[in-house]
Amino acid sequence: MYVAVKGGEAAIHNAHRLLADRRRGDRSVPALRLDQIVEQLALGVDRVMSEGSLYDRELAALAIVQARGDMIEAIFLVRAYRTTLPRFGYTKAIDTGAMLVERRVSATYKDLPGGQLLGPTFDYTHRLLDPELAAGGDIAEPLRRESEAEAMPRVSAILAREGLIEPDGDMPQDHVPGDITREPLEFPMARDIRLQALSRGDEGFLLALGYSTQRGYARNHPFVGEVRIGEVELEIDVPELPFAVPLGSVRVTECQMVNQFKGSAKAPPQFTRGYGLVFGQNERKAMAMALCDRALRASELGEDVVAAAQDEEFVISHSDNVQATGFVEHLKLPHYVDFQAELDLVRRMRAEYEARENPAKVEEKREAAE
Amino acid sequence: MTAQSTDIATYNFAYLDEQTKRMIRRAILKGIAIPGYQVPFASREMPMPYGWGTGGVQVTASIIGPDDVLKVIDQGADDTTNAVSIRAFFRKVANVAVTTETAKASIIQTRHRIPEHPLKAGQVLVYQVPIPEPLRFLEPRETETRKMHALEEYGLMHVKLYEDIARHGRIATTYAYPVKVEGRYVMDPSPTPKFDNPKMHRSPALQLFGAGREKRIYAVPPFTDVVSLDFEDHPFEVQTFDQPCALCAAENVYLDEVILDDHGSHMFVCSDTDHCEKRRADGHRGHFAPETLAPGNMEPAQ
Repeated sequence: MYVAVKGGEAAIHNAHRLLADRRRGDRSVPALRLDQIVEQLALGVDRVMSEGSLYDRELAALAIVQARGDMIEAIFLVRAYRTTLPRFGYTKAIDTGAMLVERRVSATYKDLPGGQLLGPTFDYTHRLLDPELAAGGDIAEPLRRESEAEAMPRVSAILAREGLIEPDGDMPQDHVPGDITREPLEFPMARDIRLQALSRGDEGFLLALGYSTQRGYARNHPFVGEVRIGEVELEIDVPELPFAVPLGSVRVTECQMVNQFKGSAKAPPQFTRGYGLVFGQNERKAMAMALCDRALRASELGEDVVAAAQDEEFVISHSDNVQATGFVEHLKLPHYVDFQAELDLVRRMRAEYEARENPAKVEEKREAAE
Repeated sequence: MTAQSTDIATYNFAYLDEQTKRMIRRAILKGIAIPGYQVPFASREMPMPYGWGTGGVQVTASIIGPDDVLKVIDQGADDTTNAVSIRAFFRKVANVAVTTETAKASIIQTRHRIPEHPLKAGQVLVYQVPIPEPLRFLEPRETETRKMHALEEYGLMHVKLYEDIARHGRIATTYAYPVKVEGRYVMDPSPTPKFDNPKMHRSPALQLFGAGREKRIYAVPPFTDVVSLDFEDHPFEVQTFDQPCALCAAENVYLDEVILDDHGSHMFVCSDTDHCEKRRADGHRGHFAPETLAPGNMEPAQ
């Protein structure tokens, strides 16, 4: 017998209790500690910090455990926490030229001031599963050398001396950088806003779009001017003090993509740039971001907008995986009120269709019913 | 967990920080000042997913006070899982009184329905809105649709409705049926069935609409004209049902179809569960109410 459906509250409670059980898994296996995740799943932690827009390894690790390793869910947890935090102020722009570099490679110069530095990379590893890792053997300490305090200027600065590449560009003196977490997005957007959105955009989405530009959908002839990973210092201006105060340092990955450009009505022939910057170590994301950034500069540089990667509204509106997953997954929610309305309409339209196509049969039916 | 790690993350009263609430209240006030106009606001990530009511939750979180009584419905029902979840959220973060009775609530957050019981002055109805832009499916670009609203250029919408009539003999929009507010802005009433559209017209309650993912807030102040778009020769009409509610015998209410077995038997019951319960408590009985059916007689009435 039907009674109006009840019991949602108990069902939810029990479902979450089951979730907690599944999250913990076999109790005879030791529970993960946050420091284990921070140390041993560091790149996952970096991705959560980057797309979660919150630089805190411990919270990112907590989010990863709580999300059972579902990265988008973890990013969501971090975002939902971050958004409640009050703002104390904005740091000064970081200087990646002064980065304490752990990795730096350039594809445009064989050697350059500061040198090429491979650092901790998967590049040139053979992707053979390593049974010793499963056995938990001892890992040798890395080799170290005393670092020479050699400056490591950015490749863009080297190219700029000849005037071959577009300059960094100036912002008006009174320009206040936007903040996509505090202001609604509006199109068309300034590049600083766009870069913020790309930096927290979904790695997979940007990767696919960047890839599409390489395959001819808005091809823009990219070279990796350089990718660098390392620690940069954060400083903040405090009103009472005549100097900027250091707050600490963050690890970032920066990619400067150098793109061949034949010139247009708006800009002379020169190398143009795409820029990528993300928290932590994530070259794939920084490079994809740089490809997308360059593609999105199409109208600024007088290029025709012909492909998805160049379409600002399309790219930025759909790059946020927390928004995307929410709206896709909301289709699970009940829609029976709307569905009922559609059912009613389709039934009426089908009845009319039948009456039109097959009047005799409808007449028969009616007679039979009577 | 150690003592240190238990206070690793803490949250403000009603979840949102006070600065954010102020920002949202400003957007709401602007929305009230320009009925039907979509006010962009810096929507926050909420602890529930985008598309699951984050806009409505932000609006409610910004206007709710300790004396408020909150009702949350989804598809007209208080006990659908997402309504339960949102109600539990506010009970947890704001410690407010909650109710399922429409008449007792000061704030009603809803998804897809307007309660059957008429709202009164002083009540606030907060809608969860997935796509606030009524022109979105005609023009995907925000830059274009904003221009169309600014110029009051709604020809495209009328052409769409006309094409419906030309093709199907009627306007084939059954929910999220576009309305014109105070003779100016065309507005999406959120995906409520068009059955509910007339309830918006000159309602004594304040109606607020929050779209979290799309970062828009809009409003219909009390006693504002809300007119469903139509043509003189094809006037707007709401859905009608051939039979009353099977449980409470209510007529002229919106009904949900419930499938009873795998032979396609079905019955229709009130979508507004509070309304249905009230009527049954008052002694109204439908043909399929437990009290009507003799024990053992489980045949669905047709």
